[in-house]
Amino acid sequence: MTATHEGTMRSSVGDPGAEKRGMNLTLRVWRQQGPTVKGKMVTYKVTDISPDMSFLEMLDVLNEQLILQGDDPVAFDHDCREGICGMCGLMINGQAHGPQQTTTCQLHMRSFKDGDSIDIEPWRASPFPVIKDLAVDRRAFDRIIQAGGYISVPTGTAPEAHATPVPKKDADNAFDAATCIGCGACVAACPNASSMLFTAAKVTHLGLLPQGQPERNDRVVNMVAQQDREGFGGCTNIGECSAACPKGISMETISRLNHDLLGALRAGARPKS
Amino acid sequence: MALELFTEGDPIADTKAPMDVPIGERWSERKFRGRLVNPTNRRKMTIIVVGTGLAGGSAAATLGEAGYHVKSFWYQDSPRRAHSVAAQGGINAAKNYRNDGDSVHRLFYDTVKGGDFRARENNVHRLAEVSVNIIDQAVAQGVPFAREYGGLLDNRSFGGTQVSRTFYARGQTGQQLLYGAYQALERQIAAGSVEQNARTEMLDLIVVDGRARGIVARDLVTGELSTHFGDAVVLASGGYSNVFYLSTNAKGSNTTAIWRAHKRGAYFANPCYTQIHPTCIPVKGDYQSKLTLMSESLRNDGRVWVPKERGDDRDPRDIPESERDYYLERLYPSFGNLVPRDIASRQAKNVCDEGRGVGPGGLGVYLDFAEAIQRLGRPAVEAKYGNLFDMYAQITGEDPYATPMRIYPAVHYTMGGLWVDYDLQSTIPGMFVIGEANFSDHGANRLGASALMQGLADGYFVLPSTISSYLADGPFEKVDESHPAAVEALQGVQEQVQKLLSINGTRTPASFHRELGQLMWDLCGMERTDEGLRKAIDRIREIRQEFWTDLKVTGDWHSFNQTLEHAGRVADFIELGELMCIDALHRRESCGGHFRAESQTPEGEALRDDEHFAYVAAWEWTPENQPPVLHKEDLIYEYVHLAQRSYK
Repeated sequence: MTATHEGTMRSSVGDPGAEKRGMNLTLRVWRQQGPTVKGKMVTYKVTDISPDMSFLEMLDVLNEQLILQGDDPVAFDHDCREGICGMCGLMINGQAHGPQQTTTCQLHMRSFKDGDSIDIEPWRASPFPVIKDLAVDRRAFDRIIQAGGYISVPTGTAPEAHATPVPKKDADNAFDAATCIGCGACVAACPNASSMLFTAAKVTHLGLLPQGQPERNDRVVNMVAQQDREGFGGCTNIGECSAACPKGISMETISRLNHDLLGALRAGARPKS
Repeated sequence: MALELFTEGDPIADTKAPMDVPIGERWSERKFRGRLVNPTNRRKMTIIVVGTGLAGGSAAATLGEAGYHVKSFWYQDSPRRAHSVAAQGGINAAKNYRNDGDSVHRLFYDTVKGGDFRARENNVHRLAEVSVNIIDQAVAQGVPFAREYGGLLDNRSFGGTQVSRTFYARGQTGQQLLYGAYQALERQIAAGSVEQNARTEMLDLIVVDGRARGIVARDLVTGELSTHFGDAVVLASGGYSNVFYLSTNAKGSNTTAIWRAHKRGAYFANPCYTQIHPTCIPVKGDYQSKLTLMSESLRNDGRVWVPKERGDDRDPRDIPESERDYYLERLYPSFGNLVPRDIASRQAKNVCDEGRGVGPGGLGVYLDFAEAIQRLGRPAVEAKYGNLFDMYAQITGEDPYATPMRIYPAVHYTMGGLWVDYDLQSTIPGMFVIGEANFSDHGANRLGASALMQGLADGYFVLPSTISSYLADGPFEKVDESHPAAVEALQGVQEQVQKLLSINGTRTPASFHRELGQLMWDLCGMERTDEGLRKAIDRIREIRQEFWTDLKVTGDWHSFNQTLEHAGRVADFIELGELMCIDALHRRESCGGHFRAESQTPEGEALRDDEHFAYVAAWEWTPENQPPVLHKEDLIYEYVHLAQRSYK
């Protein structure tokens, strides 16, 4: 890998002499100074990239080079780097999170080969404006949750946990929907930039549980109204969202959302203005 | 002890726990004696909460529900991303649903003992008491815990306990609990009781007339520096494992909020108490940016071993049973692979130091599921651990169903943190510290499934009760950005930011961070010696000097500049690292995760020294070039008798 100049390495990891030569790659990276500035693709070379590196570690290598050259490093969002916080997310060769169904941080360079050229872009959707380079603003998702993605249970008011048994099947299905990490890959992958899978995952999670029933109708109409207000597109029914979802949230959640929405509207529920 | 490294000041003590009643009544007695704030007065008061993990998120939501005006700050784009989200294993609660002899008292006892008798009894007992309320609260919020076919909640035994009291949501318990708190927080944001400040980092504390009254923060998108004011400040900014550079923490996890509050007068307690988690994926190369933990629930069925012979580099599947050393089962027959984290970690280090480690650099041990797969069948193993196995395969490119996993210890959690009393108030009146950011509940070692419990206990139940005693004296006189204390704090931050940008040297923040981390890992990690710690302190002082003369940060401060963010955090880690080494050096005993080579039994086990070290070390910051001042809080054990831990 490209040498950064600090000397120390975690004690005796690997035998430097035995290290295989890594990959040389061409990166075409979206650079954009700010939300209102026009961006463009810029080409960089990185050399000696180990196949065991994560994709973000490869970008770290690039950024260390850029800083030492006195150039502006590439801005990208990331945090836990273990696939659970949902902070990272890049379009890699046109695919949300790249060629594998995982988060960008869990994509490893063994998915690429020496000499590859890789296009790296931010999520592209007008409700997710670019902050800088590859980092986007996803607060629209939080506002959808604010519209109803919760159960109203002030601290201290809860009944004993075993008071309401939940059938295991419902609990398991609710869990599957609840694993959504809010990364936004579904929106980025959708030709219509629809947030349907994200909203449906929360509607499904809470709607399957007995605790979620009292607010079920209001929840779905208000969350759907909010995603419309944010400017997300309508569902295209083609399933790009689910195919790109690192947590494998199923399209069934969207069916459930539509079912719940119809039921709620027929029952007279209307979104808060 | 070299006098120049620190001086000793007056002892310190908690004065809030009502000691005139038995321990089981102290929490309700404290709530009764504490003062309340009338609901109509609450909306006149503002509380600043920094951080939105389990502790900060639940506190902000609960305080908002109670009617206070809350200002919430987080550095990520959404509060749902706080690093609590990554906790895998579970959350303890003394529900005794298994009818296996659990009780509040047993959870209290296990936690004090597990903490190697370096935690405060009163705080731990309260934690055990409210643990049961947390589960009720989370279930009511829709947290999808694992259930049995009858629809009731499932439990498992977890890391070093003999009862099944751990509630879990597959391997994503932290995520699900955090989303519960996050959703409660978003509900309050929608209701207007909580004001949100996303991508905003606290860079200083504003203290006015001896009270914490506000913070200086930087908007990470625009770079704008601003001051924020309130009647109280709550820090819930998490732990400082990233002082080691490589840890299981998120890349952004940092010590800046608590460190800068420390420099404003909050004592820092037991900074050297760090937890090294035994089951992490080993380091691969020098590009490594973080370490990934594999839930220690894996030790319920996986067996840990290394080859008996040094340098045996055969494929593990070709090593016959008779040539394997299942060293935890051999050394600790009654707990076997389920010994507490500190012991499992240190023994892994020992076998690797003997040259019997496996994988790159010999820094790894096997965690083998062959026996479990044979006994339970692959589908059962998949159902229990599938997501962890997938994660392992994703990162290493190896199939753990076919070949044993390799694991090695990594820094995971910090038990040390800002000193707080029973009310969770720091030594600065009006500043409260909750969750991993404080020191109070885990002593020298944290038991598995206790971090989530403590974060939520503090945020949902403890702080919202105790803070009212303080606020009953408020609302305090209004302070704004023209107050000299605010002007001074803002100016200090501005100068530091500009200084970081102006050095224009030759090394990146990451380069300094890596060097510091390596040094801390080698000399203030799993095993510490007098000589090593002194060496570390000398080198850290040099690193600090080099940092402030040879750092390179590109760009400017009034824009989105992640290099600048990192540089500020590294500056604080360097200072904290020095204090950690001083704390480790002065504590000439082994306890919990802190193993001092000079203090061990003839069998090589940790040897605690209760006669000299049964206290909390609370450190006071002193101005430049003055040694820090040590204040001791004596630990008194009324209910759990001091005993040497034995897991043999």
